[in-house]
Amino acid sequence: MRTEAKLGLALLLTPLLLWLTFLIFIPHIDMFLVSLRERIGVGEYQTSLANYLTFFNEPLYLWTFLRTAMMSSLATLMTLIIAFPVSYYIAKMVKGRVQSALFLLCLVPFWVSELVRTFGWMILLRETGVFSNLLQYVGLVDGPVEMLYNDAAIMVGLVYTSMLFMVVPLVTTLEGLPDEVVEAGYDLGGNGLSVLREIIIPYAMPGIVSGCIVVFMLSLGNYLTPTMLGGKESLWFTELIYSQFIVRFNWELGAAFGFMLLMLSSAIVWGMLKLTGQSLEKTMG
Amino acid sequence: MIPSIPQPKIVTVAYTAYVALFFVFLALPLVVVAVFAFNNGQFPSLPWEGFTWNWFFGSERPMIGVFHERSILRAIGTSVFVAGAVSALSVFVGLTNAFLFNRYRFRGQSVLYVLMLLPLVIPGIVLGISILVFSSRVANGLWDGFELDVEVLRPGIWLVILGQFSFITTIATLVIGARLQKFDRTLEEAALNLGAGQLTAIRTVTLPYLAPAMIGAFVVAFLMSFENFNTTLMLVGSDAPLTIAMFDRLKEGSTPLLNAVSLLLMLGSSCLALVMIVFQRRS
Repeated sequence: MRTEAKLGLALLLTPLLLWLTFLIFIPHIDMFLVSLRERIGVGEYQTSLANYLTFFNEPLYLWTFLRTAMMSSLATLMTLIIAFPVSYYIAKMVKGRVQSALFLLCLVPFWVSELVRTFGWMILLRETGVFSNLLQYVGLVDGPVEMLYNDAAIMVGLVYTSMLFMVVPLVTTLEGLPDEVVEAGYDLGGNGLSVLREIIIPYAMPGIVSGCIVVFMLSLGNYLTPTMLGGKESLWFTELIYSQFIVRFNWELGAAFGFMLLMLSSAIVWGMLKLTGQSLEKTMG
Repeated sequence: MIPSIPQPKIVTVAYTAYVALFFVFLALPLVVVAVFAFNNGQFPSLPWEGFTWNWFFGSERPMIGVFHERSILRAIGTSVFVAGAVSALSVFVGLTNAFLFNRYRFRGQSVLYVLMLLPLVIPGIVLGISILVFSSRVANGLWDGFELDVEVLRPGIWLVILGQFSFITTIATLVIGARLQKFDRTLEEAALNLGAGQLTAIRTVTLPYLAPAMIGAFVVAFLMSFENFNTTLMLVGSDAPLTIAMFDRLKEGSTPLLNAVSLLLMLGSSCLALVMIVFQRRS
């Protein structure tokens, strides 16, 4: 390599390495080290797995962790099921201006902050809200109904919040599917269901995987939606992290929680990539 | 199922109805937020008390409008400052990253590329706490060792900027990198043949070509920063950006003031998005 090129490489590498080292690597290693600290006196610490033991021995923590994982998976699945027909419609059933208009319409809600979206659902679902009044007006119920503060409300919020991240990759991959291939499927005697199963879904797999990864990740790490739409009983794991860090100032336990969340999301992302033979570069890059 | 394959009418109708219903679902929360910004009552809920502009322009209790509510205005200012700084930083590093991965081949490049993507799959709150933990360790170290009090490393606006920058850079890199990928290298070589130096060629040929992507990356970064919640929540100090300020209000109970702010946010981000689309068209 010529000296000039070497200099250029070094100059371009510097920002990347500074960013990754000081904002990603060292902080995460440091978080891990803090999670291994046990406070034994004022300002005195020793290395131990005490925080992780607390996590595994306290049913509330473990339960919240598993619950968050399960509900995030369910939210991902529901988002996929709701988004797939819509994405297929946008990608294959309409063309030209209508297509770009519909696609753009899908994006609009996500230019607005998550807080506004969640707030919208609160206005719709609460006891004095729009749905409750509508139901009373129609005569289906006698008094106000509270639809907020339960797991179903969290689910609605999560699915709504992450819809975009499923629709965009799905539309992008499905657009590449040639009409002829679908036609050939029918010509060969396939029906709607078998064409869907044998042709469309396998073709859309990269989009499905990247959509699912992002949606799962966002649901797992979501703080706003579960806090605002969920009730007292509906704890989310990020709420535990927040309360350990900010409310109780127990950074050691909070760091252990954070590390568990990181492990969980990495494991799921890695597992999904392996299961479907995709790589992070292909799905995200 | 594609248009060229005949389907029973009922299937087509049901399918179209489903898609229509989906768009209603998408629009509903935003529409109610917007509508209740004009409700002449204390709560953003039914019954409808009549139309009013007071939640925007009102100056007297109990209906102080957005434009007279200092704390909200200050929060908007903070958000704009943070978003501007984050976008500028991210676009710069995104640009250098794009060139690095596009123009050079070196050992460990593919590993670095994967590492560059990682911030996208780290939950925002984890990014937030890890940066919080590390920065406060450095700050404490500096204090213990040198009696230096480095305000920048304490929770506050600068840490929020760093925290958001840490993952928005990845997105900026992807946006700019995608366009650089499509660039025709022979154009640059032509400039070199015509006697331009390497840097001049990049400045006069490549960068103008990348400009739409850079503007696009800037706008996306700005919007993402403006609406970021998870990472910001962990790093915020006394100067809260808008999302955090609104969240604190919302916890205390909401008034249509929040609807008014939300409506302005919607209008603002729609305008930005439009600007971006216009720019992309022109290229």
